[in-house]
Amino acid sequence: MKAVRSIEGRAIPLGLKNVDTDVIIPAHWLKTVSREGLGKGAFESIREAPGNPFDVEDFAGAPILIAGDNFGCGSSREHAAWALLDLGINAVIAPSFSDIFSGNAFKNGILTVVLPQEQVDRLLEVAADHPITIDLESQTVTTPFQDRFAFEVDPFRKHCLLEGLDEIGLTLESGAAIETHEKQRAQALPWLDAPRRRDAA
Amino acid sequence: MASKPRTLYEKIWDAHVVERRDDGTCILYIDRHLVHEVTSPQAFESLRLAGRKVRRPDLTLAVPDHNLPTTPRLDASGNKLPIADPQSAAQLAALEANAPAFGIDYIDSAAPEQGIVHVVGPEQGFSLPGATIVCGDSHTASHGGIGALAFGIGTSEVEHVLATQTLQLRQSRSMEVRVEGELGPGVTPKDLILHIIGKIGTAGGTGHVIEYRGPVFERMSVEGRLTVCNMSIEAGARAGLIAPDETVFAYLEGRPYAPQGEEWDRALAWWKTLHTDQGAAFDTSVVIDAAAVEPTVSWGTSPEDVVAVGDVVPAPESFSDPSKQSAARKSLDYMGLEPGQRIEDIAIENIFIGSCTNSRIEDLRAAAEVLKGRTKAPGVRWAIAVPGSGLVKRQAEEEGLDRIFTAAGFEWREPGCSACLAMNPDKVPPGERCASTSNRNFVGRQGPGARTHLVSPAMAAAAAVTGHLTDVRKLASCQAVDA
Repeated sequence: MKAVRSIEGRAIPLGLKNVDTDVIIPAHWLKTVSREGLGKGAFESIREAPGNPFDVEDFAGAPILIAGDNFGCGSSREHAAWALLDLGINAVIAPSFSDIFSGNAFKNGILTVVLPQEQVDRLLEVAADHPITIDLESQTVTTPFQDRFAFEVDPFRKHCLLEGLDEIGLTLESGAAIETHEKQRAQALPWLDAPRRRDAA
Repeated sequence: MASKPRTLYEKIWDAHVVERRDDGTCILYIDRHLVHEVTSPQAFESLRLAGRKVRRPDLTLAVPDHNLPTTPRLDASGNKLPIADPQSAAQLAALEANAPAFGIDYIDSAAPEQGIVHVVGPEQGFSLPGATIVCGDSHTASHGGIGALAFGIGTSEVEHVLATQTLQLRQSRSMEVRVEGELGPGVTPKDLILHIIGKIGTAGGTGHVIEYRGPVFERMSVEGRLTVCNMSIEAGARAGLIAPDETVFAYLEGRPYAPQGEEWDRALAWWKTLHTDQGAAFDTSVVIDAAAVEPTVSWGTSPEDVVAVGDVVPAPESFSDPSKQSAARKSLDYMGLEPGQRIEDIAIENIFIGSCTNSRIEDLRAAAEVLKGRTKAPGVRWAIAVPGSGLVKRQAEEEGLDRIFTAAGFEWREPGCSACLAMNPDKVPPGERCASTSNRNFVGRQGPGARTHLVSPAMAAAAAVTGHLTDVRKLASCQAVDA
């Protein structure tokens, strides 16, 4: 994962709530064995409508998306995060996110910034004509108009994002603890090990 | 020694913590990993590029389900028929190649045990009470119905589990959904979970693991429990759980991957401790009155958009939240519905009975009970019944259910995810309605422009025979539909 410090630029003022993963990337785009190229299918049903915010020239290549409550609800498809990245979106600001989506976003270096609805509304207003800055180090979102909104971020996720750490690599550093757990488990809950298939009784 | 009372969720969590960091992040051990073809190819590819192996192939089971056509898989001489869509074929081929390359058990598309991963896990006894179970699919929550801590993960996490057999997680908050009283006749577990989602909303369970409690669940079949837990994700919760009991133990005994002999006895002794202790505290509690649950139907494009079948389509102005009002307007426009329209006046052109929510034997029995001696209405263009697995299909055929479905004008299909998400050729045409036993009524979910009404299997069957959404209780001979 590449390191993330701050993200600055135009923000697409989508504003919708309950944007589900079928809206972010419809199922027929999931028939791929690659992470690349999903931007073409991103927000397909929204982009069909003329005058949608993704079509506005000012927002071409915008690195930030602003949405409503419960962004990314629905399926666990990481294709939703890959599709955003492929569109050039590296951060999403919303009042709330689904649990699985925010995990998937984090693992792809996409910031999910949770702010109260009033602050999101203010940013939607500013974003129409002006850029926005998200600074991970100081955990703030700022605008050219002195708006300064603080956001919370899990300290472990922040550390991983700032350093660009590989989570599997980190876990493998705890290899000894995993082995110990496996030995204890084999004693205490032996039926969970090596499930053997046999003909049904 | 008096230990602090714990919830079921805390007991399972604690038994699987490998390491706990100061900030609360835990390395959690994973007992069972189910893998399907859509969310795994990129994970296997990354393992290959990093030169990593699968740490515990013995705890991993792969089965294709999303892309498979539900038309016959073999030709007259028993050879596999090709998959017409080249992208689907490539994804299926990737799983078929990756599983043996990494030493993972693979259930072939033509094997009788093949099916939807969330039907196969419990049916094979691969999913067990008290186990941590993951899959790159949000409906993994289903397996909570047998008392497992089961949740969906993304592809990076699939790779993480393959490489380490663990996940880095923080414990979720706990939510109790206590259902008091009894469900009325003709009201099913599907109606109950739709009603619950309507009450708490699609973000109501965000950040939580739900435990469903109350006498209703003690009397509910395993199939019904799997249906309820399946849709926990539609309430925003990562997982849903029901304490395992004799009903679950009887269901699992003798299943192909279930423990046996002395191991079964030891497992059983532990499983019997898996319940929330008296005095354990939940972070959030919700109480639902079972007697208030009616056969329930979705009218909009979010699973929280539900009403009782005897009700009318709500007016957007009836919602207090302005953003919900605008969402409701958009939903009604997409669904082609008017506020105040009676739900029972909504004509239906397509019927889908299937999906990881409602494709088990009891679901097919409940639908067949309504269909027996009846045929689909002239306005119903397409009706399919898609069993959740080859074994469900076989059992249904032994019971003669397939003949009831076909006599009623249904197509009797091969198992798979099918028209729930329309990744395979089973799609609802644009602008047409489908009474569907699946779990999501999102825009375009069953095909571009398709209009989904989520219902129970009995209600889908009722819509099939009348040609419009119908309270199944009005049809005679439906006494047996309460599961």
